[in-house]
Amino acid sequence: MSKSVTQPNRLKEGGRIDRSRKLGFTFNGQHYQGHAGDTLASALLANGVDIVNRSFKYSRPRGIVAAGAEEPNALVQLGSNEAAQVPNVRATQQALFDGLVARSTNGWPNVQRDVMSLVGKLGGRFMPPGFYYKTFMAPASMWMTYEKYIRKGAGLGRSPMEADPDSYDHLNQHCDLLVIGAGPAGLAAALTAARSGARVILADEQEEMGGSLLDSRELLDQQPAAKWAERVLEELAGLDNVMLLPRTTANGYHDHHFVTLHERRTEHLGETAPLVDGHRGVRSRMHRVRAGQVLLATGAHERPLVYANNDVPGNLLAGAVSTYIRRYGVVPGNKLVLSTSNDHAYRAALDWVEAGREVVAIVDARANPQGDWIDAAKAKGIRIITGSAVIEAKGEKRVSAARVAKIDLDAFKVTGQAETLACDTIASSGGYSPVIHLASHTGARPTWNEEILGFVPSLVKGVHAAGSARGIHDLAAGMADGVAMAAQALEALGQSARAVELPQVDARREGPACALYQVPHEKPTLRAPKQFVDLQNDVTAGGIELATREGFESIEHVKRYTAMGFGTDQGKLGNINGMAIAARCLGKTIPEVGTTVFRPNYTPVTFGAIAGRHCRDLFDPERYTALHQWHVENGAEFEDVGQWKRPWYFPKVVNGKKETMFDAVARECRAVREKVGILDASTLGKIDIQGPDAREFLGRVYTNKWEKLAVGKCRYGLMCKDDGMVTDDGVTSCLADNHFLMTTTTGGAAAVLEWLELWHQTEWPELNVTFTSVTDHWATMTITGPEARNLLAEITDIDLDRDTFKFMDWREGKVAGVPARVFRISFTGELTYEINVQANYAMHVWKTLFSHGEKYGLTPYGTETMHVLRAEKGFIIVGQDTDGSVTPEDLGMQWCVGYDKPYSWIGKRALTRSDTRRTDRKQLVGLKPKDPKVVLEEGAQIVFDPKHAIPMPMAGHVTSSYYSPTLDSGFALAVVKGGQQKMGETVYLPMADGQVHEAEIVSPIFVDPKGERQNV
Amino acid sequence: MFLIYCPYCEEHREEEEFRPKGQAHIVRPKDPEACSDEEWGDYLFFRDNPRGIHHEMWVHAVGCRKFFNVTRNTVTYEILETYKMGERPRITAESLASGEIQGNVQVAGGGQQTVGASNAAVEAVKGEQA
Repeated sequence: MSKSVTQPNRLKEGGRIDRSRKLGFTFNGQHYQGHAGDTLASALLANGVDIVNRSFKYSRPRGIVAAGAEEPNALVQLGSNEAAQVPNVRATQQALFDGLVARSTNGWPNVQRDVMSLVGKLGGRFMPPGFYYKTFMAPASMWMTYEKYIRKGAGLGRSPMEADPDSYDHLNQHCDLLVIGAGPAGLAAALTAARSGARVILADEQEEMGGSLLDSRELLDQQPAAKWAERVLEELAGLDNVMLLPRTTANGYHDHHFVTLHERRTEHLGETAPLVDGHRGVRSRMHRVRAGQVLLATGAHERPLVYANNDVPGNLLAGAVSTYIRRYGVVPGNKLVLSTSNDHAYRAALDWVEAGREVVAIVDARANPQGDWIDAAKAKGIRIITGSAVIEAKGEKRVSAARVAKIDLDAFKVTGQAETLACDTIASSGGYSPVIHLASHTGARPTWNEEILGFVPSLVKGVHAAGSARGIHDLAAGMADGVAMAAQALEALGQSARAVELPQVDARREGPACALYQVPHEKPTLRAPKQFVDLQNDVTAGGIELATREGFESIEHVKRYTAMGFGTDQGKLGNINGMAIAARCLGKTIPEVGTTVFRPNYTPVTFGAIAGRHCRDLFDPERYTALHQWHVENGAEFEDVGQWKRPWYFPKVVNGKKETMFDAVARECRAVREKVGILDASTLGKIDIQGPDAREFLGRVYTNKWEKLAVGKCRYGLMCKDDGMVTDDGVTSCLADNHFLMTTTTGGAAAVLEWLELWHQTEWPELNVTFTSVTDHWATMTITGPEARNLLAEITDIDLDRDTFKFMDWREGKVAGVPARVFRISFTGELTYEINVQANYAMHVWKTLFSHGEKYGLTPYGTETMHVLRAEKGFIIVGQDTDGSVTPEDLGMQWCVGYDKPYSWIGKRALTRSDTRRTDRKQLVGLKPKDPKVVLEEGAQIVFDPKHAIPMPMAGHVTSSYYSPTLDSGFALAVVKGGQQKMGETVYLPMADGQVHEAEIVSPIFVDPKGERQNV
Repeated sequence: MFLIYCPYCEEHREEEEFRPKGQAHIVRPKDPEACSDEEWGDYLFFRDNPRGIHHEMWVHAVGCRKFFNVTRNTVTYEILETYKMGERPRITAESLASGEIQGNVQVAGGGQQTVGASNAAVEAVKGEQA
């Protein structure tokens, strides 16, 4: 590291930094030094770094403006290596650590010399709001291309391209009172609640708790204010009922006092969490707090004044100047001009003088300001210019002078000759805006308070605000308010507050502030040099004026047109000024214009903290059948069906080469049609239904009849919603007169169970019936194909004679020596037995089948082959061949509808509506492509006349489509308007690439139309 | 995220355990075949979307699997009461407007209200309707 002049702006003493610990860091490739206790921003200012970024739209050089979360300019990209990249970190919120590497987010090739600034300089006039939309609007297809380059030019930081080495987690918390903000009001509140015995969480976003007490000029009990904060924090830390969360931002207030707190646990220590005993700690943590009551002590943000060139580096908030001097021992310049509308900002000039640097002048917009700090400034011999304001800053890469003039606040104009004061720093203060973001998250609209010239939060029940957060800016009053509001919150909880003695604060005379937002200039706003309102989004007073002229009157529209309050900034500095300007242009008051809505998150939250442990293997649960291990060992490729992992197909390895899916499926299909295949069907939903009214219940929820289904018999059922549309299907078997086993689709299992419960609990509680999910209790193995009987006969005691154990029968017995239910039902059209055994016997039975199966050519098959085989038979899959607008009759399944049942079953009435009786509804048909080599695309649109002018009327679409090895041809199921009456007609399928496929409408049953094969 | 009092489990549980099932107290016509297409369409598709008090059905989907009803303010998202299937709400837009309910309401069935339902909540609802 070079030994250059280090830290020219660092004071010899003072501040809360640890001067004994020096930390090296790199910014834009340059090495610098700072101290433990610095933020990146204070260290940059100490080193005299003026330009920290280029602006978003105009590429103007920008410096540090603020000292906290409201900083709009100093956004940096952190990280010395690819995996550690973090975009858009505010330098004011990043604690300095040794070896920190940061770069400006914006600026190419570098922030000192930026090519885009040419655009800013030349283009400033012709880059009004909406510039990009207006200029790059046509042709629409090019917008994506334009946007790529505009984004690159604008620069918004970038995400890492390598995996994050850190881990993150979530923690659920409960407390009586959550106090957000550990400034004077928050500390007083937390102390009150803690001493009263309530369970308290105190969260504060800064590196150190204490808020404004850490840089206050005021004395508490004749001691520096920070001393009192330290004492209170020490007491709180020793109490079991208190949890202190420093470096923790309350980023969102959700419903019913649910608040998410983002705790940054190691970001002040290094770019990845340090190893402790070989383990990497948690980098950041999301606390999910369910609080009894919430107290917002979030303080206030100072508002900058809006004057010409107020964005040149060297323009700072007055309060930030004091913070840097008193908290970090850094004076960010040599010669200061302060422009203010209020007394409180005078402290910046007093701190500046006491730091041994020159205050050129205090420019006060009020005609006759009166107060103790004004007297103190006079006593120090500081020149005070009243009734005036800084109307323009001079300088390009750093302020060189301030132009000061008399202004008329009411007439909004400059009334005197401007005086130019040489200086390198302009501090401004236009008053203080309570931080109302969290209160806004609750949906409560803030209200304008004319006395404090700011919006104060409206509060929903159970939420309290104290101190500056509700406009009580006076130190003593704010602390007393913290105590009072804590007592109020405790009372709501039914607890009583113990009295807390607050320290003595010397009374201070303070005069009223005046309302000043945009400062007038000699030239009209649109001709004057740019007066920035939202520095992060490069929104100017002129831009807002233009927006109102163009007819954007609602503040929400102004926001969207100009981008004011967007981005990571969310309007922390600029919103009130922007509203004030819109109000002036529209001739309205600020409350009439209203405020935009603040939404979570308060400041950006890393995705890691949002995801917590819900990533990688824990991202989504996976469900495995009892036979999963066998599938893995036998090379299955898997398909996700809901959360289930199901074998998709079983590729064979022949001569070291793995079979393609096409070949594997063709082989599996042939095995089933010619010999015997086996499918793991355990994922099918199974619901055990019992009770004297079970049969009646089935009759009401299924479209077909159930009263005559005998014990030992199975029946296919179709389920509709009350709108008459098919919602599920499956086979239900009668186990005993009051006991049935319903099967559902794999994906529909949970929904069907809830559906049954819904009707039972809400409409038919008089029916005596219960439902139990037994999906996981039973494993289902489907053996299917001409050899199925011969195979099963070897290992069962059940009589498989075709006349005693018929198609659609089920029998109980032993299979491979274990108790089993065997169902003779078929989803392939072949002779099929579905063997159900207790899940933990499944592997034994499955392996026994294979030990007997080789001579029969037993072949495992997966879901793809299952799909081909069922589609060849025209068996639908609900959700693939249906879409919530398909009735049983649309499917050609009139045979499955019992119109003469005594009860008006679910869906019946809707099937006689005029719309469901239409004959031109989309109906299920088969499609045979004219070219047998063509496999139509699923989802492809069908038309009757391909020569019809565009837009062509759509006649339907393909729902299922495969190659059939049995037919040696492509084939498809489709829904076509009036299709059941169009057998043999030709339809057309125009594709995106210009090809038009032809297909013939045929019966959806392609193989064994008479159903003889399953009935042997 | 809501904190919901299940009137069957008699506990406050996180919203993640529940699923909303739409407007409560929708009665299926006793004799569907006697309904005109329009009446049947009203039953099937038409729902209220009030600003303020709304009675909704929820299910404790990953809890006890029971369906129950919730009286919720759609403006403030406060839940004023939860009650079992077959019971009637104690708090309605009308009862609040007429001042019949004075706040600190207990839910039907002797349960306990969820977060909310204090005097302030009731006042807020009245304010919305005024």
